[in-house]
Amino acid sequence: MMSHCMRDWLWIVAFATLLTFSVPWFLWGTSTVVAGLPVWLWWHIGWLGAAAAVFALFTRTDWDRMMGVDDGVGVGRGEKP
Amino acid sequence: MTLQPLGIVVAYLLFALGIGLVAYRVGGDDAEDFYLASRTLGSLVLLFTTFATLLSAFTFFGGPNLAYSAGPEWILVMGVMDGVLFAVLWYVIGYRQWLIGRARNYVTLGEMLGDRFASPALRGLVAGVSLLWLFPYIMLQQMGAGEALRGLTGGVVPYWGGAALITAFMIVYVMLAGLRGVAWTDTLQGLFMLSVLWVAVVWVVGAIGGVGPATRGMINANPDFAALGGGLYTPQFIISSAVTIAFGVTMFPQINQRFFVARSATVLKRSFALWPVLVLLLFVPAFMLGAWASGLPIEVPEGANVLSVLLAEYTPGWFAALVVAGAMAAMMSSSDSMLLSGSSYFTRDLYRPFVSPDASDSREAWVARIGVAVFAMLAFLASLSRPGTLIEVGDTAFSGFALLAPPVMIALYWEATTADGMLVGVGVPQLLYLVHVLVPAVPVDVAGTTVSLLARSYGGWDVALGFMLFGAVLTAGVSLVSTPTVDEDATAFAVGGD
Repeated sequence: MMSHCMRDWLWIVAFATLLTFSVPWFLWGTSTVVAGLPVWLWWHIGWLGAAAAVFALFTRTDWDRMMGVDDGVGVGRGEKP
Repeated sequence: MTLQPLGIVVAYLLFALGIGLVAYRVGGDDAEDFYLASRTLGSLVLLFTTFATLLSAFTFFGGPNLAYSAGPEWILVMGVMDGVLFAVLWYVIGYRQWLIGRARNYVTLGEMLGDRFASPALRGLVAGVSLLWLFPYIMLQQMGAGEALRGLTGGVVPYWGGAALITAFMIVYVMLAGLRGVAWTDTLQGLFMLSVLWVAVVWVVGAIGGVGPATRGMINANPDFAALGGGLYTPQFIISSAVTIAFGVTMFPQINQRFFVARSATVLKRSFALWPVLVLLLFVPAFMLGAWASGLPIEVPEGANVLSVLLAEYTPGWFAALVVAGAMAAMMSSSDSMLLSGSSYFTRDLYRPFVSPDASDSREAWVARIGVAVFAMLAFLASLSRPGTLIEVGDTAFSGFALLAPPVMIALYWEATTADGMLVGVGVPQLLYLVHVLVPAVPVDVAGTTVSLLARSYGGWDVALGFMLFGAVLTAGVSLVSTPTVDEDATAFAVGGD
């Protein structure tokens, strides 16, 4: 069982990585075209897809805990938890 | 014949107006319903109403224009800012504000901060600053609409005519519909715009023989467009634009107010996870169309929108008119959201606290409506002078809003923040940035090298980025050396057990 603190840092590193490499800096100046589009655009498309998956995982796990509130606090009026 | 597209545009705008009216009949007529749709917006509606608010002339016409002239890297700038950075801020600022707003029934950012820090001055300052930067952004929509209609009708409708048309629709719409109406039409228009955009791509790409030939044509005309970076796109430009826009967007009145309206956190979570996907679906086709257009034999007159010209050339007239109508309607609903939120800032945070604390509800409602009309008319007059490209005007507004974000984030998370810290942290960077925007740069000789004072960027970095950091330092520093007044209530921002 990972400690909470460790998990928080993993999320922060994950978000920072997603942010940093949304622009493929290592492909700077590359003009290769793959399947009709520049290769850096394909990277960006794949990366944002991965970001959506990580975000979805976050909402299912530590969304409330990292904000310091109890699970289920976000359930609205008249809605079942 | 050239007036047929105008008929399609007007018909679509009237249709959107009809939807707004139906939504208004469904809702109640108190202020919380008018401004916040009684905090009951569901996932799809919240997602699309926020999305459609980003679907402005800046995205829709400015973006393709920039891709046309400088290359498709604008997709990356908007992708990293909107798809990732904004999503993270959506959680960090948005979810926090939702928790606080729900517990204390706040309606505006100024109200939330003013209450926490027991400072009407802070409340007024935040509202005033927000209205100031809202002005150029409304103007941007009018400029975009003016150009779009002129391009579509081949000049039969002049620039001022299109701008006037959208101004009139905005005023009528916002007076009649309220947030529920705006949110409903946003959803409709978000879905509509995404669909027609993809149809447009299929149509245009089909006409030029596929994606491969389209990209080859683009590279033949502009050999450096396929390479990442180059020309306008320096790392400084990409980072500056993405950061100022993403932080700026969270402080836009209409977006920030959305943080208070979700029915439940489930809604916020779904929107958060879907965000990068929606961003891709919108920006890749829109901006690639602009970039591909640079390799096609079309004439884009000075100041015209490349998207209108491209569609007029490669798709049937009715379809081009439908896309422009959809884009204008989307811009109209973004503007309406802005005007609506702007009017709630004006009445709740400026008019009631400072001018007339005892005004009746119906008087307040009238002041709000007249305020919207005057504000939109002034922005219309200013848009006639065409003070820059869509991207330039938009960027100035985003940066102005972005300066609000650091003090607000500190206040949301750091209990020791004081009213003095907030007043200085919000006020000083705004003042400095305004001077840089309004006063032309002055070259000065320092030890043999020429340095520009009051420039908008230094070494390629947007000056607003520096002021954001400065604002954070000021907020924290002044908070440390000042003491909170007795009325300041840090518990107002406490969420859960912390």
